[in-house]
Amino acid sequence: MTERHLSFPASEEDVRELRAGDSVLVDGHIIGIRDRTQIRIFDEGIAPPLDLTGAFLLHTAPNVRKVGEGAYEKLCIGTTTSARMVRFTEPLGREYGVRAICGKGGLPDEAIEPMQRLGMVYFAIVGGAAALETTQIEEIEEVYWEELMPECLWKFRVKDFGPLTVAIDSHGTSLYHDVQESARKKLEALYERL
Amino acid sequence: MLRLRPARRQGRREEGEELMAVATDLQKAVEDAAAHLYVWALKDIPQDLRDALAEAAGTETSVPGQRVLQTILRNVEVAEEERNLVCQDTGIPVYYCRVGEHFPLHPARIYEALHDGTERATVEHPLRSNTVHTLTRENTGQNVGHRVPIVHWDFVADWDGLDVKCVPKGSGSENMSFLKMCVPADGVAGIKRFVLDSIVGAGGKPCPPGIVGVGIGGSADYAMHLAKEAIARPVGTRNPDPLVAQLEDELKELLNETGIGPMGLGGDVTVLQCHVEHADTHMTLNPVAVNYQCWAARRATAHISSGGAVDYDREA
Repeated sequence: MTERHLSFPASEEDVRELRAGDSVLVDGHIIGIRDRTQIRIFDEGIAPPLDLTGAFLLHTAPNVRKVGEGAYEKLCIGTTTSARMVRFTEPLGREYGVRAICGKGGLPDEAIEPMQRLGMVYFAIVGGAAALETTQIEEIEEVYWEELMPECLWKFRVKDFGPLTVAIDSHGTSLYHDVQESARKKLEALYERL
Repeated sequence: MLRLRPARRQGRREEGEELMAVATDLQKAVEDAAAHLYVWALKDIPQDLRDALAEAAGTETSVPGQRVLQTILRNVEVAEEERNLVCQDTGIPVYYCRVGEHFPLHPARIYEALHDGTERATVEHPLRSNTVHTLTRENTGQNVGHRVPIVHWDFVADWDGLDVKCVPKGSGSENMSFLKMCVPADGVAGIKRFVLDSIVGAGGKPCPPGIVGVGIGGSADYAMHLAKEAIARPVGTRNPDPLVAQLEDELKELLNETGIGPMGLGGDVTVLQCHVEHADTHMTLNPVAVNYQCWAARRATAHISSGGAVDYDREA
């Protein structure tokens, strides 16, 4: 397990260097996205109005204050549960070249194969640690699809965003899978004690 | 005996007007308290919870688990320094009311006050509104709507006060709620097994390590109500029934042996606490409900006197 700094957008090579368990701090640009945003892209077939090549996607719906036309000030920005959005993983990588998905609670095992094939990672953030996360977001630079508020497409500029844990890497390892497998074995022993 | 019922109450005119004035002030006091509680709960987590998180950081041995706990502790500090919300999920507003028999404002008006206070806090702060129509998914805009806020009632004889506890409940943990109608032959072992399976199945989704609320007995709906009541208790308190308290201790120990760990990344601390509430049940029923509360287990209470004096209490 190593501590790394990585800037986004990133290349496939950058992402392939990451291993499950690594701790990462992220700089550069990250894109906020959520259920309704992805339903629009994939179920309604509307292409996102910004380039997602090499992108870092954050599962979020921020608390913001409107300060002008299309301009928002951050109030409190945190992260939501990723598992609900797992089915978008493969097309995000294949059609749009997304490199990283960041959220809380993990993605089910169906994300492991596409992440390995397409060169993507899942970063685990600490759910609920929004006060800290907000201080690491320098600015809300762009907002698209405001009618989906707060589930718009957000472009944030970040500095030292994290620490994030590489929980699913591009080499077929998922900490969530490993933890579940080990917990299921422990359960068998625990049942004996009930 | 005449009780204060502000609207459309028969009575001598002068007396009615005076009573209305008192009631309106009291309703305003409850509304102000609700508005304050909602924001306060979101920003300043109770000391018992802070202690439990610090204790967890003291025992966790896994590297990712320790990283998560240190981040949580830093986040609680940053929320205080920046006067920001601990978590961005402002939750679905839930209130627990204990209404004294002689409290001079009818629960119908108390409900109005809680509704209006929630709405005001959402607009004035402003807070993210999470409340949507359950079919159209349209956001109602102010964290209030049809039957929202959700209010639970208890009534207390020979008392003239009102306690209001605000529990903004995050969806990540609420989505990890489970009910099983065990049969009597499943016994206590069946209850324990269901709780274990639920928490392992939930993995990292409900933001562990949190508080596992378990409701047993009663009926299907009541078991879940009890599970929710259990998560709203001060962290680490024990059920007054020694048998139930023993179950709480056993479940906490068993759950922490699953290895799910902080944020489901593996580790020693899967839960901070397990609280169990129980009700007697039908001889053929053995319901067990699990309601999870994330590590950001927010709650805040106000004690309101019949004269409208408000005493805020973070630890109740």
